[in-house]
Amino acid sequence: MAASSSPPPSSDAAAAPPLVAIRALSKYYVRGDQIIPVLVDINLDVRAGDFVALMGPSGSGKTTLLNLVAGIDKPSSGTLAIAGVDIAQLGDGDLAAWRAANVGFIFQFYNLMPVLTAFQNVELPLQLTSLARAERRERVDIALALVGLADRKDHYPNELSGGQQQRVAIARAIITDPTLIVADEPTGDLDRTTGGEILALLERLNDDLGKTIIMVTHDPKAAERAHRLVHLEKGVLVD
Amino acid sequence: MFVPLFILRSALRHKLRTTLTVVGIVVAITAFGLLSTIVDAWYANANASSSARLVTRNSVSLVFSLPLTYAQKMRQVPGVASVAWANWFGGVYVSERNFFAQFAISDPGYLDMYPEFLLSADERKAFQIDRTGAVAGRRLAELYGWKVGDQIPLRGTIYPGTWTFTLRGIYDGVDKGTDQSTFFFHFDYLNEAIKKQYPRRADQAGVFIVQLKDPSQAAEVSEAIDATFKNSLAETLTETEKAFQLGFVAMTETILLAIQAVSFVVIVIIMAVMANTMAMTARERYTEFATLKALGFRNGFVALLIFAESVGIALAGGLVGIALTFPLARLFADAMGTLFPIFFVSERTVVMQFVAAVVIGVVAAAVPAWRAARVRIVDGLRAVG
Repeated sequence: MAASSSPPPSSDAAAAPPLVAIRALSKYYVRGDQIIPVLVDINLDVRAGDFVALMGPSGSGKTTLLNLVAGIDKPSSGTLAIAGVDIAQLGDGDLAAWRAANVGFIFQFYNLMPVLTAFQNVELPLQLTSLARAERRERVDIALALVGLADRKDHYPNELSGGQQQRVAIARAIITDPTLIVADEPTGDLDRTTGGEILALLERLNDDLGKTIIMVTHDPKAAERAHRLVHLEKGVLVD
Repeated sequence: MFVPLFILRSALRHKLRTTLTVVGIVVAITAFGLLSTIVDAWYANANASSSARLVTRNSVSLVFSLPLTYAQKMRQVPGVASVAWANWFGGVYVSERNFFAQFAISDPGYLDMYPEFLLSADERKAFQIDRTGAVAGRRLAELYGWKVGDQIPLRGTIYPGTWTFTLRGIYDGVDKGTDQSTFFFHFDYLNEAIKKQYPRRADQAGVFIVQLKDPSQAAEVSEAIDATFKNSLAETLTETEKAFQLGFVAMTETILLAIQAVSFVVIVIIMAVMANTMAMTARERYTEFATLKALGFRNGFVALLIFAESVGIALAGGLVGIALTFPLARLFADAMGTLFPIFFVSERTVVMQFVAAVVIGVVAAAVPAWRAARVRIVDGLRAVG
């Protein structure tokens, strides 16, 4: 069954084309002679500046959908346009360059490089840009200050708490000023208080900096922070 | 500097593992270098031989000698510039363990054919005028603490009795590839004594050394010399000095092959160990590689990280191994005495060690790098937790 989800066309933003435009998107895996559908005929628009929470039970396909939007997986069929670029048509090299320029990642387990300091972890995506060293340093300092970790920049991930590591990951996600931030269970490995702080930080990124965020979460409390909830069940959008 | 720093820190992440891997490579590269040096030492005399000299010996065996009268006939062969001769003495200095080569040589003549032996004019003259005089190589003299003027007794095994020589000169080699462990004395001294004790063994030479006018005529001159003595009581076999030396090497060729095989097996073993280390390292970091790719780094960058880390570890071990080869080779040479007259770590060996280290690093990283480059981002990220 096909389903679609679009924000109500009540503002000026509604007139603008969506930042994320997903049309008839399907994803299935082939195991032997068996075809296993993961996402079925998904239609979804996400406006620039939106904060969307993808919810659903385990195995519903929400992380797969997030991966597709982030350009780290490819759909089996359909179109997936981000800021007008159909990323489903991009080759691996172009897709890597596109991700570097357009997507900021926040993972459940932070995925920081353990051998790099907080500063170097945040600086990592900037290595793919042509920015001069001084400019990179300036940007990293700003990003770390924004997440409240200016005084921990020389610390390695194992010297930071989970919440602090996730803040570093958030700083890394925004350092290239991406078009889109994708967050996969960003509070899944944190206690409620720390998780709340991380969600507050994401809200700030969305409200103050106008960042478009798509977040996968199991947690209804976390989903409440989003402007919009999208439910998936058995690979189908139900709302 | 970011990427090299990243690679260095990654390599040092598991310090014990990296240290043990480096130690393994150090041992392998050092062993490879030492074994190569031993093989080189075996061939050293052949490699140091001159293309302008021929060696003529009894065609039956080196054990049998040739009449001294042959020298005059050999001088008449076209293409021959000069002829000298030498006899293997086989004496014992103090104890059988002190093995070194001793030759009774025709003088003047023999030393003039070997410009690679550097002897001062004074010492050369002192040797010439002293019938019991002797000349020794620098390495030999240093090994036994000999000085010019010392009396050196040798107990004869082929020529019975105790023979005492006065050291009149110590020669140096023109380069480190020159044998500096040989002891020379006058053939006339030996021959005169033999004449008195064993007249039938007198006036016999073990080998003749033939100086060629033109090295390119070696084959023709060899044939002409052997033809001269065909159907005589002592037929000759003439060959280039190099072929003569390689004849000795051929006697132990199987051992050499075994040594060479072992030296390569050592490298293959450490390559397998290193490959296992890199495979473990890469497997542990699939999530990190997936994260890097998600951030926009390309497959080639991930492969480069693994290759650089692997080659870095291998080179660290390789360079230490190369550095250690020199003192160990010296210790080995000292322990062997003059068994290996020419024993040094050649530039070729160092280059081979360096290449072996690089090859170890590259080969060990090949499969892990290929796998890491191909790992799907979603699969790598799924490995979290």
